[in-house]
Amino acid sequence: MNSLYYQKRLSRNIGDKFFTSLSVICALIAILPLIFLVTYILIKGGSQITPELFKLEPNPPGDDLDAGGINPALIGTLIITTIASIIAIPVGVGGGIYLAEYSKGGAFSRFIRFGVNVLAGVPSIIAGVFIYALIVSTKILFGSMYSGLAGGMALSILMLPTVIKTTDEGLKLVPNELRYASLGVGASMYTTILKVTLPSAFRSIATGVVLGIARAAGETAPLIFTALFSYYYITGFGDLFYEMGSLAVLIYNFALEPYDAQNKLAWAASFILVLSILSVNIFSRILAAFTEKTKRV
Amino acid sequence: MEEKLTLFKNRKRFGIEKNIDIIFKNTALVLSSFVAIILLGIILVVFFQSFESFSRYGLKFLVTSEWNPVKDEYGAFTAIYGTLVTSFLSLLITIPLGVGTAIFITEDFVPKVVREIIGSFVELLAAIPSVVLGLWAIFVMEPFFRAFFVFLHNFFGWIPLFSTEPTGRNSLLAILILVVMLLPIVTSIARDSLNQVPKKLRNAAYGIGASRWKTIFSVILPAALSGIMAGVLLALGRAMGETMAVTMIIGNSNAFSWSLLSPGYTISSMLANQFGEADGSQVSSLFYAAFVLMILSLVVNIFAQWLVKKFSLKY
Repeated sequence: MNSLYYQKRLSRNIGDKFFTSLSVICALIAILPLIFLVTYILIKGGSQITPELFKLEPNPPGDDLDAGGINPALIGTLIITTIASIIAIPVGVGGGIYLAEYSKGGAFSRFIRFGVNVLAGVPSIIAGVFIYALIVSTKILFGSMYSGLAGGMALSILMLPTVIKTTDEGLKLVPNELRYASLGVGASMYTTILKVTLPSAFRSIATGVVLGIARAAGETAPLIFTALFSYYYITGFGDLFYEMGSLAVLIYNFALEPYDAQNKLAWAASFILVLSILSVNIFSRILAAFTEKTKRV
Repeated sequence: MEEKLTLFKNRKRFGIEKNIDIIFKNTALVLSSFVAIILLGIILVVFFQSFESFSRYGLKFLVTSEWNPVKDEYGAFTAIYGTLVTSFLSLLITIPLGVGTAIFITEDFVPKVVREIIGSFVELLAAIPSVVLGLWAIFVMEPFFRAFFVFLHNFFGWIPLFSTEPTGRNSLLAILILVVMLLPIVTSIARDSLNQVPKKLRNAAYGIGASRWKTIFSVILPAALSGIMAGVLLALGRAMGETMAVTMIIGNSNAFSWSLLSPGYTISSMLANQFGEADGSQVSSLFYAAFVLMILSLVVNIFAQWLVKKFSLKY
């Protein structure tokens, strides 16, 4: 009779309680760093934000108390990620189209899909080393060595696998009936892809690509010896061929300076970087959840 | 009949459209092969650039720890050892934490909304740039753990791992920041593979009277093991290649020490530190080190992919 009731002291019930609390502790430890980190950056970095920050050049580290602003680094990050996107998005979307629409699961497409996964696992600093050897040290870009252009190329290598993967997976989710219908009314393959399948997969591809861009914007390792760093305003097109600052490299350089003013600038730059990356992530998550709901109806 | 045939003729595709179709297909083909070209390009370029150093030192490079640009003597043992130790030890801490969190998210201890919020929180952690984590490690984590490290040294100093006096940045801090970076990877992959285990298995285990944790340990975890293993390997590859946060906190010293409380080096932090200013045979030696790092991460990644393919769930 007693065995019908829940018995607290049974060893299996005690064990269950123990492991349950253990997993709760694990979850707490996992989210605590994020909460600490985000609140610390928001408070510490947010308190440094002033209008001048967005207008001024950073001052070279020294004894002067004023560190200046982060204008060149902010613009530099925008330019470098734009260059990376201009290279990686067409190549990645084109490659994804081939994998999803044309390939028939043969050796070539399997090799490419494998290569995409391997490339995604290549350490980001190796991409920098590669571009350094290929472009910076050979001065192949009209004699310029370290340049924003080279930095953008290094970042595009990191973006490429993400773009191909999201395009491939987004296109594979498009129902085959749409393709049959389009081909059945006499459309050619490229019309079908450009007018039917790509538009219907657009949202999922765009989400993936935007997340990839956000990730690339925070990458530092490929930039420290391709784009290097610059303290000066970006004034024109020609600056693409010279050293270019970026928020990520600014944080790295100024975090290691012994001066408090530079450290504060690094916190302010982190604030801007983290805030923009997190908001892009959260926004795309909400968008993805929203589209999933509307699709099911 | 005649009329019908001409109608049919006119409805053939124009030559130009046919050509566009062919061009479009081949462009896509070329673009997709870029991945292979870049991958092979990276391997070849890094290999050929390291050739000078490779022919001079051979495999001795891997086991000596002299790194002296003045005397032109190079050996990367300290960095290779540091890479392996930091990544394996951080993984050792991350696996139980990450799998525990994944179990918490997939079981129904708390309402679904709470679990989903925790899950997406952990994934957001993955989006934070590593350079920001490094900044945080320097200014928040290091002062926070300083007293703890002194305690470790005072009470466990007889263990070689804690045998040096802690002075600021060290390998143990690098391991801890790596844990923060790897947790989201391990957690999200473990969660996905736990979710893929069919409900039937769980219900069957409950039906024959197994308790919740008996079910988890004997049925669900074994069924999800291959996916979790693959996630762990991906995290290992990530840990070995991670540069910024580690470079900022590990202290960057090439002097070899068994102690985790002394400054250390990893291959990637060595590259980040020295590449900009290196010249002569130092560049070639750095490329050699980069080649070693690339081979390490390639092996881990390929093994992870093989594991996924070989043991993916077949329910």
